[in-house]
Amino acid sequence: MITKSKKTEVVFTGAEAAAMAMKQINPGVISIYPITPQTYIAENISKFVADGEMDTEQINVESEHSALSAVAGAEAAGVRAMTATSSQGLALMWEILSVVSGLRLPVVMNVVNRALSAPINIHADHSDVMGSRDLGWIQIFSENPQEVYDHTFLALKLAENKDILLPVMVCQDGFITSHCSENMRVLPDTIVKKFIGEYTPTNRLLDVNNPITVGPLVLPDYFLEIKKMQSEAILNALKIYLKIIKELSALTGRSYDYFEEYKTKDAKAVIVVMSSSAGTARQAVDELRQKGLKVGLIKIRLFRPFPYEAIAKILQNIKIIGVLDRAESLGAQPPLSAEIKNSLYGRKSMPIIKNYIYGLGGRDLTVEQTKDVYKSLLEQKQQKNSIEYIGLNT
Amino acid sequence: MPSLKELVQKPKKIMSGHRSCRGCGFPIIARHILRATDKPVVVVNATGCMEVTTTIYPQTAWQIPWMHNAFENAAATMSGIVAAYNFLKKSKKLDKEIKFVVFGGDGGTYDIGLQALSGAWERGDNFLYVCYDNQAYMNTGIQRSSATPVGAITSTTPLGKIHKGKEGDRKDIVKIACAHNLPYVAQTAIHNWLDLYNKAKKAIETNGPTFLNVLSPCVLGWKYDSALTIELSRLAAETCYWPLYEIEKGVYKINYIPQNKLPIIEFIKHQARFKHLLNKENKEILNQLQRYVDQSWENLLKKNQPL
Repeated sequence: MITKSKKTEVVFTGAEAAAMAMKQINPGVISIYPITPQTYIAENISKFVADGEMDTEQINVESEHSALSAVAGAEAAGVRAMTATSSQGLALMWEILSVVSGLRLPVVMNVVNRALSAPINIHADHSDVMGSRDLGWIQIFSENPQEVYDHTFLALKLAENKDILLPVMVCQDGFITSHCSENMRVLPDTIVKKFIGEYTPTNRLLDVNNPITVGPLVLPDYFLEIKKMQSEAILNALKIYLKIIKELSALTGRSYDYFEEYKTKDAKAVIVVMSSSAGTARQAVDELRQKGLKVGLIKIRLFRPFPYEAIAKILQNIKIIGVLDRAESLGAQPPLSAEIKNSLYGRKSMPIIKNYIYGLGGRDLTVEQTKDVYKSLLEQKQQKNSIEYIGLNT
Repeated sequence: MPSLKELVQKPKKIMSGHRSCRGCGFPIIARHILRATDKPVVVVNATGCMEVTTTIYPQTAWQIPWMHNAFENAAATMSGIVAAYNFLKKSKKLDKEIKFVVFGGDGGTYDIGLQALSGAWERGDNFLYVCYDNQAYMNTGIQRSSATPVGAITSTTPLGKIHKGKEGDRKDIVKIACAHNLPYVAQTAIHNWLDLYNKAKKAIETNGPTFLNVLSPCVLGWKYDSALTIELSRLAAETCYWPLYEIEKGVYKINYIPQNKLPIIEFIKHQARFKHLLNKENKEILNQLQRYVDQSWENLLKKNQPL
């Protein structure tokens, strides 16, 4: 549990980092249903509310479905509203995920990624969030507690931008990030308050003098146009994102580009990966570089909207790319790999792309395994279009 | 107590011109319940006939703030709105007193929405939930719900060679509401405008979660002459199929006891959903329905504590 401190240098887990960011945002309503490994966020928030450190109205609901439903109601009513979940909880929210984005409600949700049943498993992978990738939420992936913290403010600014007005998920790996403590920095409350600003929604259900109808039936005569507007809104986020991260970087001194490039300039082989495994891959790059191997890393931060153009600009100059997915898309190309291939279609040069599945259900990815991936990429040993499973016991 | 003439002259919160069927019960329910307060009201609707027929984009029949989220989460959605209201009130960003009313059909209340509703009741969230009970999933084309009475023909309990309509009695949602120790729960009907008005007023003015179960005759689903809507509501009360009663802080009060309790056949004979019950071969199903009505009524009489 977070202990009171005025220090800006702290040791937080990912869950504590998320809770601290939510506390500083101090939204009108929070509604969270417990689920491992997200629960630790809910517990921290509850303590803040119990101690009067937040003004937030906390609704202890009976399911994740109701958590997101209540948050949708609160947001439509005219206040900031937040929630958090994992795995089965996100799956139970599925129906309301598309309602929230379709109603253009700027909800921010911390998602602690965990494998989706069955078999039941409580550990990290991205099968939960990847199932929701086409439901109209902006999705930002975090490597460590510091990023969870920073991304939560970034998410809020993106969500509430008048040219976006869409919900945002801030993702972190279950246990690996959510329950491991790391050094990080927090911003003073006053700085956060200034950065996020007062919440001033244009249409509010509780503005009884100007009644609005939220969530009407829309038939074929208007549905397509409304969906096109939503599509334009999420694409707007690509441009606005760059403006917001500039402001955030000025406050924190850290950078938040769509993706992080690590030693890619002269790299012959590059791994593309998301979330906590980027730390492992970075170590592998450093060790291999010491031996003179030209390898690099791309860590994807923004997954929805996917920054196709920016990614292609970098990757089209790389000879061999290994895409590491922590989720399957059963019977199809793995989710991240599919996007990387999409971004490179029709470019001047087409790198060789190899698919790897790793870390399902919390299986460790070691530095040695990652180094082996790099070596295999450099040797071009793997068959084209096959999917290799890292650490599979056969 | 205002007269009916005065009540109908109040500004309408739901306008005419919406697309509900001729003879439909729920517009009467919504309009009349919302007359019971002069304070601003925010409405949440579960997915269903009322939502579909009153808000076909870009038009809306609602003159007050209204929200639809999904089918099973009307109560949770309202909990969020009420929490937002409480937050704005305590932050002194809102000073108006606002009332909150949810309308859900029997599918959205007895079945798919029961979990979210139970959660809101247990938390004590301060809003009125109204179930307009038309006794089946009418919006999707008359499928049985747990509010469908025994014997009724629906598209998922059709009249077949072996199965003859819905088997088993309907769920008692009022008892379920009472099990949450709500401060005010009532069952009412549209033929008795005064009963409906008084209960709506009491429910809206009570602090804490309140529940009204209102019979909503459905011309298409029950298959009757649309001129008989009010008459069917009356016959439901006269046969004690739909008793008018209320439970205030746990104390039961029957608001209408028929001098001459009519047999259930008087209620069902106008409705083609029960047409097969008039055949001798299905006498046992008719008896089962009568037994259900009699048993429920006797149980209710035992609980009745008139002042």
